Amino acid sequence: MRTLAVLALLARRNLWRNHRRTIIMLGAISVGVWAMIFMTALTRGMVNEMIKDGISALPGHVQVHHPAYRDDPNINNLLPASDSDITQTFEGAGFKAWASRIKVPAVIMSERESRGVTLLGIDPARERELSFVSYDDVEGRFLKDAEDSGVVIGKKLADTLDTGVGKRIVLMSQDPDNDIADRGFRVVGVFHANMESFEETYVFAGKATLQKMLRVGDRVTEIVVLGDDYRDVEPVYKKVRDRVNDDVEVSRWFELNTYLGAMLKVMDGFVLIWVIVIFLALSFGLVNTLVMAVFERVREIGLMLALGMKPVNILGQIIIESMLLLIIGLAIGDLLAWATIVPLQSGIDISAVAKGMEMMGVSSILYPQLRLEDVVLANVIVLVLGFLASLSPAWRASRYAPIEAITKVY
Amino acid sequence: MNIVLRLAWRNIWRQPRRTCLTTGAMVFSNVLLIFMISLQFAMYRLMIDNSLQAFTGHMQIQAPGYIEDKKMRQTVPDIVPLASALREQLETDTIAARATAFVLASSEDRSYGIALFGVEPQFEAQVSSIPGLIGQGRFLHSGDAPEVVIGSVLARNLRVGLGDELTLLGSGKDGSFAAAVVEIVGIFESGIVDIDRNVAELPLRLFQDIFYMDGSGHEVVVNAPELGEAHELQRRVESLLGTDQDLVVHDWDALQPGLKQAIQADMSSAFFMYAILVILVAFSVLNTQLMSVLERTREFGIVMALGLTPGRMGRLVILETAIMGVMGIVFGALAGGILTSWFSVHGFSIPGMAEMAANFNLPARMHPRVTGVTLFLGPIVVFLFTLLAALYPALRLHWLRPVEAMRAV
Repeated sequence: MRTLAVLALLARRNLWRNHRRTIIMLGAISVGVWAMIFMTALTRGMVNEMIKDGISALPGHVQVHHPAYRDDPNINNLLPASDSDITQTFEGAGFKAWASRIKVPAVIMSERESRGVTLLGIDPARERELSFVSYDDVEGRFLKDAEDSGVVIGKKLADTLDTGVGKRIVLMSQDPDNDIADRGFRVVGVFHANMESFEETYVFAGKATLQKMLRVGDRVTEIVVLGDDYRDVEPVYKKVRDRVNDDVEVSRWFELNTYLGAMLKVMDGFVLIWVIVIFLALSFGLVNTLVMAVFERVREIGLMLALGMKPVNILGQIIIESMLLLIIGLAIGDLLAWATIVPLQSGIDISAVAKGMEMMGVSSILYPQLRLEDVVLANVIVLVLGFLASLSPAWRASRYAPIEAITKVY
Repeated sequence: MNIVLRLAWRNIWRQPRRTCLTTGAMVFSNVLLIFMISLQFAMYRLMIDNSLQAFTGHMQIQAPGYIEDKKMRQTVPDIVPLASALREQLETDTIAARATAFVLASSEDRSYGIALFGVEPQFEAQVSSIPGLIGQGRFLHSGDAPEVVIGSVLARNLRVGLGDELTLLGSGKDGSFAAAVVEIVGIFESGIVDIDRNVAELPLRLFQDIFYMDGSGHEVVVNAPELGEAHELQRRVESLLGTDQDLVVHDWDALQPGLKQAIQADMSSAFFMYAILVILVAFSVLNTQLMSVLERTREFGIVMALGLTPGRMGRLVILETAIMGVMGIVFGALAGGILTSWFSVHGFSIPGMAEMAANFNLPARMHPRVTGVTLFLGPIVVFLFTLLAALYPALRLHWLRPVEAMRAV
């Protein structure tokens, strides 16, 4: 223990002997660590937003469908159980939120234009938690209840259709016998969404109204369940699975949206690669610094060896020196990352490339996400790899023959 | 060899390990930069090509405002004669007229809302990849026969095959009810699910009849032989159209604004990563050169006392850095070029990448493409930054006092 204390003292003093070199190296490590954490926080934030926008919006965390529905989203592929049975099983089961819906492709027509849309028959009271539409931020009003005879459409769609609150539109789809099911509706509300494609695609109507129009009685096409955390979807999945028969398909969000699922996985890999690449770029400088530090002190090391210091202590001293350098650099880098990320957490406006981000599924404000795991990962990787990188120069230093080392001329 | 160069060369090999490590840092980042930049450029190119080839083309002639609202009545009048006149004047076949409507398509037991395109059968293949992607049956014949080609997913969802009939319901240009019965003669498979699920094409003349278009259409697609020549061609098209007609020409960037922005967003995040890499290399060089200058304080003191100016010594330090930098470029470009070329032939894929790539119309297997730009852009930036990093150690020499320096320990 005493020796360790002495070695640490020696290492610390040696570090400050050539303070310029130490400061430059600290600068490099700090910038590198800052970049590791900052970039990770940005990508994490981006993926998080993507998934939140992409799944918490409408899809929820777990969905239940007729087995054929996902490939063929048709009104014929209804869930076998009636909506009242579903309500009985799901109500009070302790989900954060759940809803049953009718979701079918349809054509919407104004006097002048027609468009293909996704028609959603919902019970607005249930969907508040699940919807990307904030009910109070709607021009006109949102649906009152499942029997509401109006529709709510997106701003972009309202513009292309030349329609607005109070005007009439016609919705066309099919009933289970493939007869055209159509009905006139009054637009009661126009919603805004942070993605233009949502405003173009989704049309909300009362569930009961649609059931009547599509002639499906008390049936629905999907159940959507929201859990507490999208990363921990298994418990919710099991709970849902236990509540339904085997003749339906239960899917987790990453099965419904393979793009987002893949994104989440690829991101973990990306973070690791990024941290390692930065470290490799740093390691050249680190090894260089240590090699120089050893080289300058060859005579001194020779003397210490001649005086009886064990080679292993020389090795330890160099490694402690390197670790000390890394720890200080890490501390500064971590602090720097924290100091830059926290003020940005209220969101970075990237609306300049909004359309491009929409292609990736991100809205135009980026919220960096500082996760403890990522910070720990970066720090641990730097320390472990830093230790490995300093082994070789430290080993070399401990292998000097004392006589040669003492008499070495620069 | 001139004396300064020889001095510099000898100086950097005084500490071979340090020189190797510093050059190694440069080579490492150069190889990485070459690979990443080659991959990025190849991906962007592919993203643009794949996104444009299905429908967008390099540019389109449209009525003003159509690009925003895509309204049925924002039409280009007499679109077929216009397209053929342009083909004649520009002496090219890669021009075709189109019209678009959203309709409800019904088969025996299914109905779906789809995007319906009216196309010129004999010219569509020149501007779109769809005619070449017919998996079953054939593409449309010219004329106004009541036939249609549809996407493979749509065919599956509608439960129809070749020879089956499809009923189309929608509204015409004047807002009146429009309907038609057409026969499926071909099924295409583009691999892009959105297109395979949502799109059908029929002859333009038939489209004009069904939707009361009165000879008009919505867009004339014009393709240049190469994307790079699109801008020049656009000017010619614009001058041919003249100002008397109320029409506008939009380039691909305006037609697909997401595309360029996605590229820009990706570029800026890549730029940040590259900048960090370059800065770390610069730190490494700064460290090395500062050390090598400090080590030589006595030596510098002596040559200064002998009459050498600080400027010349500074240039020596810069030259030493430049030699390392050039080695970095040469070895980096060599290793990076070989590595990237290997991958450009064999390609590579990352697990989970396929789904993500599909979102941007990219194949699952990536092939970076080495060009002069991708090979030297990164290394040259690294080189400039290393020179910048050597500036401080070089300038420090100006503060050196010969007598003190000679006595330095």
